[in-house]
Amino acid sequence: MKFDLKDLLKLRNVRRAAQVFFFALFLFFVFVTDLRYLKGYPVSLFLELDPLVAFATAITTHTVYMGLLWSLLLILPTLLFGRIFCNWICPYGILHHFTGWLLGKRRAEERERIEANRYKKLYSLKYVILIAMIAAAIGGTLQIGWLDPICLFHRSMSTVILPVINLFIPSSIYVRQYFHVGAWAIGFILLFLVGMNVVIPRFFCRVLCPLGAFLGTLSVASLWRIDRDPTKCVDCDLCLKSCEGASDPHTQLRKSECFVCFNCVEDCPEDAISFKFMPELKREVTAPVVPGRRAFLGTLVGLGFYAFGRTSGASDRNYDKKVIRPPGSVEEKDFLDRCIKCDQCIRTCPTNVLQPAVLEAGLEGIWTPILNMKLGACDVNCTLCGQVCPTGAIQRITIEEKTGTGKFAEQGPIKLGTAFYDLGRCLPWSMETPCVVCEEVCPVSPKAIYSREVTITKRDGNPITLRRPYVDPTLCIGCGVCEHECPVTDEAAIRVTAVGETRSPERRLLMDGGDVSAVRDLGKRQR
Amino acid sequence: MSASNPNESSVNRREFLVRLGITGALIAGSGLAARKLWQPNHFVPGFEKEKGLQLKSYAQEVSKVLPSLAIAHGTEHDKTIRAAMGLLGGMERFIQHGDVVMIKPNVAFDRPPALAATTHPDALRAVAKLCFEAGASKVIVADNPINSPTGCFFKSGLSAVAAEMHLDLLYPETNSFAPLSLTGEILKEWTFFNTPFKQATKVIGLAPCKDHNLCHASMTTKNWYGLLGGRRNQFHQHIHSIVSDFALMMKPTLVILDGMNVLMSNGPTGGRLSDVKPMNTIVAGTDMIAVDSYGYSHLLERDLAELTYIHKAHDRNLGNKNWKDTLYKEVTA
Repeated sequence: MKFDLKDLLKLRNVRRAAQVFFFALFLFFVFVTDLRYLKGYPVSLFLELDPLVAFATAITTHTVYMGLLWSLLLILPTLLFGRIFCNWICPYGILHHFTGWLLGKRRAEERERIEANRYKKLYSLKYVILIAMIAAAIGGTLQIGWLDPICLFHRSMSTVILPVINLFIPSSIYVRQYFHVGAWAIGFILLFLVGMNVVIPRFFCRVLCPLGAFLGTLSVASLWRIDRDPTKCVDCDLCLKSCEGASDPHTQLRKSECFVCFNCVEDCPEDAISFKFMPELKREVTAPVVPGRRAFLGTLVGLGFYAFGRTSGASDRNYDKKVIRPPGSVEEKDFLDRCIKCDQCIRTCPTNVLQPAVLEAGLEGIWTPILNMKLGACDVNCTLCGQVCPTGAIQRITIEEKTGTGKFAEQGPIKLGTAFYDLGRCLPWSMETPCVVCEEVCPVSPKAIYSREVTITKRDGNPITLRRPYVDPTLCIGCGVCEHECPVTDEAAIRVTAVGETRSPERRLLMDGGDVSAVRDLGKRQR
Repeated sequence: MSASNPNESSVNRREFLVRLGITGALIAGSGLAARKLWQPNHFVPGFEKEKGLQLKSYAQEVSKVLPSLAIAHGTEHDKTIRAAMGLLGGMERFIQHGDVVMIKPNVAFDRPPALAATTHPDALRAVAKLCFEAGASKVIVADNPINSPTGCFFKSGLSAVAAEMHLDLLYPETNSFAPLSLTGEILKEWTFFNTPFKQATKVIGLAPCKDHNLCHASMTTKNWYGLLGGRRNQFHQHIHSIVSDFALMMKPTLVILDGMNVLMSNGPTGGRLSDVKPMNTIVAGTDMIAVDSYGYSHLLERDLAELTYIHKAHDRNLGNKNWKDTLYKEVTA
């Protein structure tokens, strides 16, 4: 092939370069979301750029948290050029574009490809999904994370793709293999969505994507769009051959569906298609087509999601003891207002303790982070989960705030829950065997776990002197390292449950919340 | 249907042989494979015989002239460690040109250096510098912490020193372990952090001096805990026997006990500055039991009679608890 600069600078190639760049940037951010490489990279940038995250959290919290202001950067080009994000920047869109090309009909004959890219009524489903999610947010539960492409891709990366890479190439991603509860479900959802590109090209983007629907709605006001000159057009429909959005460029353009991929411009043999400033309104379908009754149904489903979830009680009195939230998390109902299930916290956690909830946190809390002490424990001098959380579900706390030191000595440490002994399973309590690993690893000073020396008569009549452990609830911070290191590994003899967490007054254990002034004045521990 | 369908031509000889051959080969192949893979006897899961590796000794020959224990007092890690090593005859006595040195720090917990729960970065820097000065071609740093490895190395400040001094920091990765065989009192077969020892020609233990809730103290002998993997939380059921077994397992070139800042209480994790007491002392030696004996009585300032593992190790001839009977020197840097 002859090298031709003009060919190389075609819009389609510029777009491809942008796709490679943004996809690589996304992968880079995902990779460096690790204590060893983090440095200060804005690893949650794609989530912060996502205007649906900013918009939906603004509905639930009436605020725009920290970096979410960056989403304005994305709204601007959408208002000028339409859904340019979908085919230029969105890493999940790029994944589907690429896998669709790889698995799809690229070798099929022209007619078949044209037919696959005609608009279908099914494509309005994403607007119904968006309406349902907004209705749920108005009710008071944030559920965009199910299908928001950035959340979905980050979640798939954290809980499936990276652990699977590490499974086949040990220690390539993690020092020790990470595990994620229910990862198989997230993995199969990813495979299903990628596989559907064979049936309908860009299935996720055209049918399901709520961010696409949000940007499609915004692009109603866009000033530029793809336009067909009917005087030049010979109705060959070749513009549909590689149309990513299925936006009907061969007739009246469906503005809200167009991904601005520019394939039609270059596929048109008659030069009838161009990207134009303010073309005639009568040659476009300006707004997304959503039948009113379906929109109403979507509203009902969204409000129902909120109402059914809340009346199940998981975020209220019927809260599960296993819903131990990361340090710095806001109170549970506020947490459900903010968490977008992107699982960036799970990615950055250096101990693998953070896990996507299955049903522990109820319907609303699926895939939100909880601590599982079998898989890890919360390192005391670590606040990484809050640093990468884009929405403030986990606040960006400092080590001093977490440990209740320095300026924060008066308020005391953040407690995630409280540890309780299961004496029947504890070796020194029930099995005449020395142990107290729990006391050894307890990271607070003075230790929340203390032991008393006792001499008991063993079954064979001989005496044994050993130490029996106890928990001091005023000092326990619920980090779970005792449970994690307990030699009774299937169900530890000491287990942390959520009660006693400081984020919510309703869930505290001690009336004075742990008398910090007394704790501070405690002398050195006597052995 | 007629038997002789005119459209159906009979198979020729060649096709007959080829098709028969393929089917026959598949039958024979499955038979051979089954015979090869057949396991005619049952076994009892979990009780298979293991044969682990034997760890060689990294110790030097015992000197009749040079001291085996050095105690140096001072306020800076670099100067004090240098002074202690000077008493022993310099690092050159232990490290020769081209040696690959494995330094084993104690990085068990995710703690900043000031809390004295982990090997101090200044101590690692000083020892590594001495090794390079003596001609070491490479210095490896490795430990298998209790908290997350990356967090522990990062927060203890050791990963920064490793980067600065170009040391090889080896994390306890999935494939870093191999079974070890030992004839210990309790420790027989255990999974061992093996990768550093594939290259190392010399081993230096560099441990902080700490209180320990169960073992009373964590010093240079208990430091080898970090070379083991697997279910270490069972060790506590026989802690003193296990720690004395470490003296059998590991014959290091040298151990250094960092008593500049001693974790006096709430060990082995510490957590408050008030748990830490400046003792301004470095103890170096070739006998970890002698070093620990000094540490327990003079740095933690406790009664050696209660430190069971020291007596077990002494009685098993794994070291000398009477450090004053050994050739020792003391200096103030």
